[in-house]
Amino acid sequence: MLGATKGIGRALARQLAERGDRVFLLGRNADDLARSAKDLEIRGAGGLAGFALCDLVSPATFGPALDRAHQALGGYDCVVVTAGTLAPQERLEAEPALAAELLTVGFTHTILFCEEARRRLLAMGGGTLCVFSSVAGDRGRKPVVLYGAAKAGLSRYLEGLDHRFRGSGLKTICVKPGFVKTGMTAGLKPPPFAAEPDAVARRVVRAIDRGEPEVYVPGIWRLVMLVIRMLPRAVMRRVGF
Amino acid sequence: MREPSPADFAGWGRCPVVPGRLVQSEDLLAITRGAALSRGLGRAYGDAALPATPRDVIAQTTLADRLLAFDSATGVLRAEAGASLLDLNRLLLPRGWFTPVTPGTQFVTLGGMVAADVHGKNHHQAGSFGEHLVALKVRVADGRVVECSDAIERELFRATIGGMGLTGHILEVELRMMAVPSPWIWSESERIPNLDAMIDGLRQAAHEWPFTVGWIDCLTRGAGLGRGILFKGRWAERAAETVGGGAPPAFRRMLRIPFELPEWVLARWSVRLFNTAYYWRHLARVRRGRVHPQPFFYPLDAIERWNLLYGRHGFTQYQCVVPHAEGHGPTRRLLDLVASRGTASFLTVIKDFGAEGKGMLSFPRPGITLTFDIPVRSGTAALVAEFNRLVRAEGGRVYLAKDALTTAEDFLAMEPRLAAWQRVRRQWDPGRTLRSAQSVRLMGDSA
Repeated sequence: MLGATKGIGRALARQLAERGDRVFLLGRNADDLARSAKDLEIRGAGGLAGFALCDLVSPATFGPALDRAHQALGGYDCVVVTAGTLAPQERLEAEPALAAELLTVGFTHTILFCEEARRRLLAMGGGTLCVFSSVAGDRGRKPVVLYGAAKAGLSRYLEGLDHRFRGSGLKTICVKPGFVKTGMTAGLKPPPFAAEPDAVARRVVRAIDRGEPEVYVPGIWRLVMLVIRMLPRAVMRRVGF
Repeated sequence: MREPSPADFAGWGRCPVVPGRLVQSEDLLAITRGAALSRGLGRAYGDAALPATPRDVIAQTTLADRLLAFDSATGVLRAEAGASLLDLNRLLLPRGWFTPVTPGTQFVTLGGMVAADVHGKNHHQAGSFGEHLVALKVRVADGRVVECSDAIERELFRATIGGMGLTGHILEVELRMMAVPSPWIWSESERIPNLDAMIDGLRQAAHEWPFTVGWIDCLTRGAGLGRGILFKGRWAERAAETVGGGAPPAFRRMLRIPFELPEWVLARWSVRLFNTAYYWRHLARVRRGRVHPQPFFYPLDAIERWNLLYGRHGFTQYQCVVPHAEGHGPTRRLLDLVASRGTASFLTVIKDFGAEGKGMLSFPRPGITLTFDIPVRSGTAALVAEFNRLVRAEGGRVYLAKDALTTAEDFLAMEPRLAAWQRVRRQWDPGRTLRSAQSVRLMGDSA
């Protein structure tokens, strides 16, 4: 799992560990990873959870980190990516460097990581690649122009990947959470249908088990986004969301 | 996001409600820097976890909830301060471990349990939560992170237990969990006709039963004053008690109060109706059996947001302890005061405390403790003042985790221990930068 020390990733890793899965953590802060690994070990039924350093900012870390996971676990059948960044649209507009980082990390580097994972999973005969995108990628909207663009690209990539490799045994799962109450969104006013990380994680575990290619969490967002995707441009231009 | 954002704060009693700034993250080290106070799940009833001014930053700890070490041989557990008792019970009770002391709700954090030095139905045997602590990691006012225990920085340790978060931000808690023989409770309950019988019943049960508590029908006066139901419990042991049991099923919340109820709902007539039914429903004979630990320890946790029952103005929970006295005069007078007032206490609980613990400002001391839930109305502050006059005169004190309405004058008179505690606090925080609405109200902190 990449990004399992916080938020939805933490909740998801716990649920996987508690049911007996062996979880290996990837992330960029060794202390933080060690504490989360210990937490999972105490909660879990699957034994020691290891960790390795991996930073979405530097693609050079991707391959070695996945290889460390392979060594520790003796192979794996699922790779989960919950890591990502979020910044308000106004700040992204004002700070090009921040926008570049968000676009690079959220799109290019996330996909490069998926490619490394994809190669390894296929070499092991297949498995599941579960990646967190967002409902923000489903339609161009005022508050999430840049973030939404990166997520839209990521969602398309995941969709294509699933079409291309499902026959070879690689299931790709694109998770599209709506607003989830985590540290990342703390301080923002929760909109309707705001979800708790535990509930989102439960739904994602089910999607992993079933190999669902696309999951909206909470489920109501599938309907909401269906409506929003059908709204004419003239309407989208006028409304604030 | 780590930047504090404006928010309104209230305790579980929903009175008072005050503005402040909230910061929240998995990273307690980051968010406690410069914060005035830490806050967990917000189950303190009054103003203990509320900001002193709208500028004050409150660090919410609930996202910092990782378990850091657990020794399955000794039961010693270390965790981040935001870990909830709900989580611990869910994970560790099936493995044969339970918290050594539990308050009446599992929606509390370890940090909050330390700060309030919570007690439970086993206080007469186990003491309060602080007695079972091994060590604490605390961020003190100047930013340093200090590990403290009975061996190192002993004064800080003992001032932090029951110190309402005012000596430092509690970052990590290490405690000894208690091994239990089964995940079930064996319980006995009986109807008690009056106060003398209730206190005698508590006293007698104390030797035999680790968990005891009494519920009192607070509206009955005269000969039946103090009548109620006495609950006793212990962990089920013998095969016959747990047979067919296995692990108890997961606990579900049964009911959710959908919105703030109108204030006429919880009135004298409805409380009388409930109390009478509850009292007489329990037949005269002793009721025995195996019960799920969650309804035994946390009956109200089954009703989500039960604090909305009290309506728009909220409620206050008043809890005091008075030393044992011949004839139970003080307890009788407190109950009589409640029974004679227009606003009834919906839930009245009685318990005898054991020995005083190590926390310098902890609430429990030997005596009888009474708890009243009182809707906040125009006369509530005056009623609390009347309670306090009585408690003061008897050498008793009030529980800060509940209190919202006690005056500084009454508090000072009840707390001769305050000066010694303030001396330790001054060593670590001379400018009193850590503060709460409650510490401004009761301890002379500047707002």
